Amino acid sequence: MRLEPVADPGLVRLIGLPALALAGMVGVASVLAMLAGANPFAVLGLIVQGAAGSKFAALETLNRATPLIFTGLAVAVAFRAKLWNIGAEAQLYAGALMTVLIGTQLGLPGTLALPLMAGAAILTGGLVLLGPVLLKVRLGVDEVVTTLLFNFIMLLFVSMLLEGPLKDPMGMGWPKSEALPRDARLPRIVDGLRLHWGFGLALISAVLVWVIQVRTTLGYEIRAVGQNPQAARFAGIPVGRVMVKTALLSGGLAAMAGFSEVAGLKGSLTLDLSPGFGYTGIVVAMLALLHPLGVVVSAIFVAGVFVGANSMSRAAEVPTYIADISVATALLFMVLAILLTRFRVVRG
Amino acid sequence: MEIFDILLSASFWAAVLRIASPLILATMGELICERAGVLNLGIEGIMVFGAFAGWMAVYAGLGLWPGVLVAFAAGAMFGLVHATLTVPFGLSQHVVGLGITLLATSSAYYAYRLALPQVTSPPRITPFQPLEIPVLSDIPFLGPALFSQTPLTYLAFASVAVVALVLFRTPLGLALRAAGENPSAVEAQGLSVTAIRMGAVMVGSGLMAVGGAFLTMSAFDSFFFEMVNGRGWICIALVVFGAWMPGKALLGAVLFAAFDALQIRMQQTPLGAEIPYQVFLMVPYVLSILALVLMSRRAEVPAALMVPYNRGER
Amino acid sequence: MGTREVVLRLEGITKRFGKLAANDDVGFALHRGEVLALLGENGAGKTTLMNILFGHYTADAGIVEVFGKALPPGAPGAALAAGVGMVHQHFTLAGNLTVLENILLGTRPLFGLGLGRAAARARVEQLSRDFGLSVHPDAKVRSLSVGERQRVEILKALYREARILILDEPTAVLTPQESDALFATLKKAVALGLSIIFISHKLHEVMAVSDRVVVLRHGKVAGEVATADTDRHRLAELMVGAEVALPHPAPGRAGETLMELRDVSTPSEGNRTGLRRVSLALRAGQITGLAGVSGNGQGALADLVSGLIAPASGALLVAGAAVGGWNPRAALDAGVGRIPEDRHATGSIADFTLTENAVLEGYARAPFARAGWMDWRRARGHAEAIIAKYDIRCPGPEARIRLLSGGNMQKLILGRALEAGPKIILANQPVRGLDIGALTYVQECLIAARDAGAAVLLISEDLDEIRVLSDVIHVISAGRLSPPFARGSKTVAELGVWMAGQGFADAA
Repeated sequence: MRLEPVADPGLVRLIGLPALALAGMVGVASVLAMLAGANPFAVLGLIVQGAAGSKFAALETLNRATPLIFTGLAVAVAFRAKLWNIGAEAQLYAGALMTVLIGTQLGLPGTLALPLMAGAAILTGGLVLLGPVLLKVRLGVDEVVTTLLFNFIMLLFVSMLLEGPLKDPMGMGWPKSEALPRDARLPRIVDGLRLHWGFGLALISAVLVWVIQVRTTLGYEIRAVGQNPQAARFAGIPVGRVMVKTALLSGGLAAMAGFSEVAGLKGSLTLDLSPGFGYTGIVVAMLALLHPLGVVVSAIFVAGVFVGANSMSRAAEVPTYIADISVATALLFMVLAILLTRFRVVRG
Repeated sequence: MEIFDILLSASFWAAVLRIASPLILATMGELICERAGVLNLGIEGIMVFGAFAGWMAVYAGLGLWPGVLVAFAAGAMFGLVHATLTVPFGLSQHVVGLGITLLATSSAYYAYRLALPQVTSPPRITPFQPLEIPVLSDIPFLGPALFSQTPLTYLAFASVAVVALVLFRTPLGLALRAAGENPSAVEAQGLSVTAIRMGAVMVGSGLMAVGGAFLTMSAFDSFFFEMVNGRGWICIALVVFGAWMPGKALLGAVLFAAFDALQIRMQQTPLGAEIPYQVFLMVPYVLSILALVLMSRRAEVPAALMVPYNRGER
Repeated sequence: MGTREVVLRLEGITKRFGKLAANDDVGFALHRGEVLALLGENGAGKTTLMNILFGHYTADAGIVEVFGKALPPGAPGAALAAGVGMVHQHFTLAGNLTVLENILLGTRPLFGLGLGRAAARARVEQLSRDFGLSVHPDAKVRSLSVGERQRVEILKALYREARILILDEPTAVLTPQESDALFATLKKAVALGLSIIFISHKLHEVMAVSDRVVVLRHGKVAGEVATADTDRHRLAELMVGAEVALPHPAPGRAGETLMELRDVSTPSEGNRTGLRRVSLALRAGQITGLAGVSGNGQGALADLVSGLIAPASGALLVAGAAVGGWNPRAALDAGVGRIPEDRHATGSIADFTLTENAVLEGYARAPFARAGWMDWRRARGHAEAIIAKYDIRCPGPEARIRLLSGGNMQKLILGRALEAGPKIILANQPVRGLDIGALTYVQECLIAARDAGAAVLLISEDLDEIRVLSDVIHVISAGRLSPPFARGSKTVAELGVWMAGQGFADAA
């Protein structure tokens, strides 16, 4: 077989193939449900209901989507520049760490603490990614493996602090930080509804990233470097400097996920703050075709799958990992579908 | 000095080989893939699935060796998915590889929960037992250190010899190395780059899965979540450290395992007790990054690594 | 000649890619012991035809017969097994393998054991002697020169007992003297009963080496003639369809020196040759041609002028002043317009639109950007202006550039460079792979820029192009630069001596 470019893909191709990919994901989930001895329609129904069936469920989904929007944006920004940042998990924890450090140790009033927490988180997240990026730019060390390995190092580092200097004396032995004071937390968007301003910040970030990408010279540079670094360099674009700026932006966005989870939802830092938001961010970004506004949609979708599966598994005898498998297959189907919108398979 | 006591004990070196075994198997698997031109980031998940599949097969009543075969076959299946998407379709090896890791990991966990819905502590199997090699195992020091290992450890070392032999002494190895350097050289001889790359990824993924199975069938006797714990990523670093040569990669794995075994023992010394244990646990990951930095400019990377090959494309 | 055995026959070969017919009812026969030249412009369908012969493409219609037997379509390896060997323009060798390993690749059953190196080495050495192809069997191919690699390719085919040898543009990478050695090898092969298809677009070579010529044009056979019965003009006419007037510019009027290299050296990297104490003056109103076999330092010189590298020693002067902090941005600011060697890899970004590509070198400044914000309306206007002025055929400024033909892509790159009003122009292989229309247009643009006072540095492997266009010629060999030769002061043979690196010794 051979791939032949499609010069002018029709609407059927552009919409039909991604839709088919999502249908494929639903198909896989149905088979998994049947393997568990459950009725697939009932399982799918329970998932949808658990994700969006009530105001509570929908808000839960949006809460869960918040960190995914941030990590999804982090990945989308980096992947545009072909900077393979697989370390959003580490950057997230770096952001969370700075958030509790400033929020619990400095004793600042909330109006001062919150912006400082966010700023410090963004900066630290960026710096965490800067290391691997400098290794890549200066020495040609592949950033995929270094950012992956940093995830493990960062988690151990956080664990060390949570069992040492940052440990909450009232935590009954659990590795947990002190809680942020009330006024150093992100307020809820609407009183009485369990949705915090982290979600609002995530939406604003998505719009900002979008504006950066389409309207600014930096966005143009990032795309040029990502698509063809050789041509970019030849045209006078400072490739290394663009990589560094991208790293700061991407790492900062991932760190915002940590900030918003701690300051908006949990109030303190524990080792299970992120059930792999950094990795799931890759799926979110790919499903959105790296488009910042698309990231919002795909993050809500992916969050819905997880939240829905969680609630479903309490009702039916189907393990929650059905969500993880579905999301992984969605990723694989989607990258294939996107390819097939641009190329057709021909024989010979 | 305590370090010298540790380094001079046979049990330490026996532990080094045990720790090195899964790394060696998976590193050989990744090396085959990369020599053929395909980066396989599915390695981490494939190791998880191999660990689960081999163990589950034995738990379900199969013998140990059939269990190893099951692990290999399961790994090869994930390899087939990775290869199909990255070779004929030429999709991003980074993205697909990470997708395979997510898919394989969550599939293993799902299947585990399905098979054992209500267990709190995972059931055990009777794992591979040490096989004392006659005569050799009686040599003082070397005997207990090297020749009282489980069969899978011997298999790991044998795999290095086989991979080296095939790569450098057979027509298949020639074609495989050429496919990773200049695929058009292979195609021009009427051989199929697609078939060679897909085959390499499948066999390589099978080896990764056996590496994972070592954990549940030889090192331990049951399956835990998170038990692979980044070993796959470390193997990718080891391939780079070994400059894509089986012998050097073996050396890297053993060296690496020695540091790992050393840090475990250092934790138990009075000095080690004063340092947070997390610092010791960081050692393998920090070492991997150092290895990558050290080798960054020296190694001859296969020229066509991560470059999809589209037949007839000019 | 008609009575001789037909060893290869193509009949009615047709292959379409979308609407374009790359091959349209192509047919001819190759006889034992002859050299058949397959002549045609780039894009005439030669490569497609060979891909069909070797089973990489399946033809829509037509048959391929080797030694009287039809080859199954779309089966790579069938032609090989039938005794056809091909020497590709881009060598199909693996650099990490030795010469011997490259020759052995694919000769034995894939799942067999052992390579039989000893016996193979003996045969390779025998073949080397018989055909005059000397090369060390245990050398890594990565370390070989281009000429040596070509010999390995030929040995590879001979080792497989090829009775038919196809060479695709084999002289593009050789000095005139190396080409002569190749022709001698081909004569030996024919004398030993082999048959040869020689693919080329260089008329004088075709005249020198072939017995018969088949001319392809727009995918069709435009003519088939015995070499003895024709001449270069007739072949040129067949090739392009009509008598073509290539530009024959009047000599330029040299002005002041705009860019100067004084004793510049740059390091060699891998098999990339650096510059060795090169001195060169680019003067206004002049086209300076750089002749040489590819890989002799042209890349380093082009990188230097375009700002990708800085001199390791020596000085680079622009308008009389030494430059500091030399990089692509600095080169652009100094008024260097660049047409890179590889328009796909270096000159453009395939998935960017024409608009985005049109501002690739000027995106960061007014009028296209202010304070970090892009002005896409102006960028688009700029692209539209280039499209109109340079007659670029495209769906519009928002189309992706990858959809354009090579000629149109090159025109955009040319327009991008020229519209910035450059004082110095680097044109590296500006017409490679273009059809005759685009080729003449690009050359005329360069001449016009020269006449308007620009200093042009033209790099080409095509000696004819260099000789026609250049006011001054330098030859580059192993990183050294010859003294300047005025237009018409040196014959092809004399330049060839310099290209082979001998002139330097004579001069010293």
